[in-house]
Amino acid sequence: MNQLIAWGLVLGSIMILGAIGLTMSVQIARFFNFAHGDLMTLGAYIAFLVSGLLAGAESLQRGIGPFSFGWGLLLSFIPAILVTAAVAILFDRWVYRPLRERKALASYSDMASMGLAFLLRGLIYVVWGADYHFYFKGVRAMVNLPLGIRLRTDELFIMAVAWALVAVFYLFLTRTKTGKALRAVADNPDLARVAGISTEGMITWMWGISGALCAIAGILYGIETQIRPEMGWLFLLPLFVTILLGGIGSVTGALVGGLVLGVVQQVSTRWLLPTYKPAVAFLVMVFLLLLKPEGLFGRR
Amino acid sequence: MVDIGGILSFLVSFAIMACIYAIFSLGLNVQWGYTGLGNFGVAAFFAIGAYTSALITTPKPTGPLADYVDQAIGLNQPFLVGVLGAAIFSGLLGLLIGLLTLRLRRGYLSICTIGIAESIRLFFNNEPWLANGPEGLVGLPRPLQGLVPPAYYHYLYLGIVLVFLALIYFALEKGIRSPWGRVLRAVREDEIMADADGKDVFLFKLQSFVVGAVIIGIGGALYAHYSAAIQPGLFTPFYGTFIIWAMLTAGGTGNNKGAILGAFIIWALWQWTNYIVGKVVPAGLQTRAPFIRFILIGLVLVLILLRRPRGIIGEERHVSKF
Amino acid sequence: MAILKIENVVSGYGAMEVLHGVSLEVEEGQIISVIGPNGAGKTTLLNTIFGVLKPWKGKIYFKGEDISGLPPEKLVRTGIAYVPQQPDNIFPSLTVEENLEMGGFVRGEDLRPRMEEIYELFPDISNRRKSRAGDLSGGMRQMLAIGRALMLNPEVLLLDEPSTGLAPVLVDALFERIKLLNEQGVTIFLVEQNAYKALQNSDRAYVLEGGEIKAEGDAREMLEDEEIGRLYLGRR
Repeated sequence: MNQLIAWGLVLGSIMILGAIGLTMSVQIARFFNFAHGDLMTLGAYIAFLVSGLLAGAESLQRGIGPFSFGWGLLLSFIPAILVTAAVAILFDRWVYRPLRERKALASYSDMASMGLAFLLRGLIYVVWGADYHFYFKGVRAMVNLPLGIRLRTDELFIMAVAWALVAVFYLFLTRTKTGKALRAVADNPDLARVAGISTEGMITWMWGISGALCAIAGILYGIETQIRPEMGWLFLLPLFVTILLGGIGSVTGALVGGLVLGVVQQVSTRWLLPTYKPAVAFLVMVFLLLLKPEGLFGRR
Repeated sequence: MVDIGGILSFLVSFAIMACIYAIFSLGLNVQWGYTGLGNFGVAAFFAIGAYTSALITTPKPTGPLADYVDQAIGLNQPFLVGVLGAAIFSGLLGLLIGLLTLRLRRGYLSICTIGIAESIRLFFNNEPWLANGPEGLVGLPRPLQGLVPPAYYHYLYLGIVLVFLALIYFALEKGIRSPWGRVLRAVREDEIMADADGKDVFLFKLQSFVVGAVIIGIGGALYAHYSAAIQPGLFTPFYGTFIIWAMLTAGGTGNNKGAILGAFIIWALWQWTNYIVGKVVPAGLQTRAPFIRFILIGLVLVLILLRRPRGIIGEERHVSKF
Repeated sequence: MAILKIENVVSGYGAMEVLHGVSLEVEEGQIISVIGPNGAGKTTLLNTIFGVLKPWKGKIYFKGEDISGLPPEKLVRTGIAYVPQQPDNIFPSLTVEENLEMGGFVRGEDLRPRMEEIYELFPDISNRRKSRAGDLSGGMRQMLAIGRALMLNPEVLLLDEPSTGLAPVLVDALFERIKLLNEQGVTIFLVEQNAYKALQNSDRAYVLEGGEIKAEGDAREMLEDEEIGRLYLGRR
């Protein structure tokens, strides 16, 4: 059981990265971005592409220290982040913003994002095919931890990266002018506008950050499991439940929700098939709806 | 030499599928077009309708068949009972989801419907005892099968589907012009005002959602008995939900004729891309070819939303004052 | 010189016209009130001045320059600031200090001196710098809201029904502060539901009803006027 909880924390750490971006986008852009999962997939595949291209350089392929991956993969984080952030911003420019300007019902944006999700996923299928891929082959190094837990060194890396990012993000939101402005726009966009804050500019920032976090979450998920075209979409339902659980718009909620749901999903594999994890997330949501719909840290 | 028989055959099967999808579209139109409820899990109701009808109309496997097919329930009832069962169970599912989410903000319905669709698909896929798991059920009975020679059976089925489509269409057209329909439209336009007017908005939303669910369930049953075989892989988000959204949006949200038109157009686009892709794409990449449809239909939907959100026909102006 | 001049402005939301040709003038250094019943278009007027709504017809001049239809992002740099109505006039999940920081967002320089000045003007919120704005009481929130707008060092301050939701004692304290601000040189343009308090504390006033200016004049005189008293001050 401890082992399952530990794995749940690993999964939860990845979910947190996805959830932060998602909860921000729901709060600030005011619709449910169904393309969020596929942005994660995109990030994972771009990293796969670039690390594959770098495969020629032997020195980059050798694992760094106890980890399975080499500098090649670490370097490929950068193009993955840049491309995914760019795509997220472009989606906003070309699709979400026109809808916003037209003051269309939010459900139209929901639908449009679903269209973009399939578009993106279709592209990935067409370019890379439906097979599973891995960032590296071979046996993964394991580490023995107290309480009878064994984790892969990669999993420790995943958690370290995720939590480091959370810390950076927290500092960004509380110490920088842009971060505070983002929070202001999330809180009260009309007032932000009246104060002279460019809401469009902030929305662009938000999509860029969301995309970047998606890319990182996608790569980490690819390291943890495998790379496949459906990976992001399958993650989406649990991510939505996470932000509902934590309360839409609450970054703290995303943190708590992500960990809780990660652990719950992982622990459920003791009794259920792993493939049921999204269904478990759904079950959590049903309970949430019955007991406390606004979530743990929900606002308005 | 032009193969008239072949062309006719193709047209008939095209029409049957387009009509079935038109029924799905009409159901979604009640929920989304009339009342503004975003059902992103149409596949759930499609699946429940199909599976319920299948389980009701087939016998429980016995003898050597039982080794191959696992099926928990088999009532061996006639086709219409199957359709009725599909309607009821689909409606019940709609009721449950509606009770759970319709009092809450919009997003809860969207996510809940996605969740239930995924959960149902996973369940049928991984619980072989219920309905044979990933292999699904085959040999579903076709209504009135003995009436015509097998070669002409699909003409008969087209007739059956058309009857259902017509009944549903006219019922909805009547409904939208009734006081009930007016309230639904008012709810979509401005919930606060409809609420202030004393109508219980929640009840109307619930009714609308259940009606839509029932219609989609019926469509599911018709699908099942046409293809005579169903498996969980049919009810994916793309084939079971997204394509229907594309149909409704393309044809004209809020317009029943639009729903039907959209179904035919998108289904035609579907068949056409199948054909083109089969010819153009080299053999080695054929496995990837179906996903070109993801790109295409996704693009179509986004473009319509941006350029012509009303769809081809657009919403009807109803002659009624609220 | 009229620092703010509104000429025959027609404006509204969507297809609904709310202001049917409103004209008024605000002299520099004065406190001007617009009073009138609910739904008269008071908030619409402020929204139109501040660029949240574009005027359909008519013009708006600030210090002689045409600012009609300029968006808020531009107006904040010209010297006008806007305090919307409670309760949506602060950033609830940001701290008091962060609220003020956001008020000064468009200013490039160090904000701390200005923040200290505002804390001096509103000592009550000075003690709660790190508190979450949403946790403040109504009176303090209003002060914070005004403080946020003042971060821009505006020449003209637009206030939307500042007395809303405040107990009478707090309303008086608030207007004290507003007069203090005015003495420091800020022109005040406010719309108010509480006609009595508004007239008591202003130099001039306009009556807006049904989207039209129905009366105007010296505030003190209007306070004594029988007709005004009967229609808007609840006197018999």
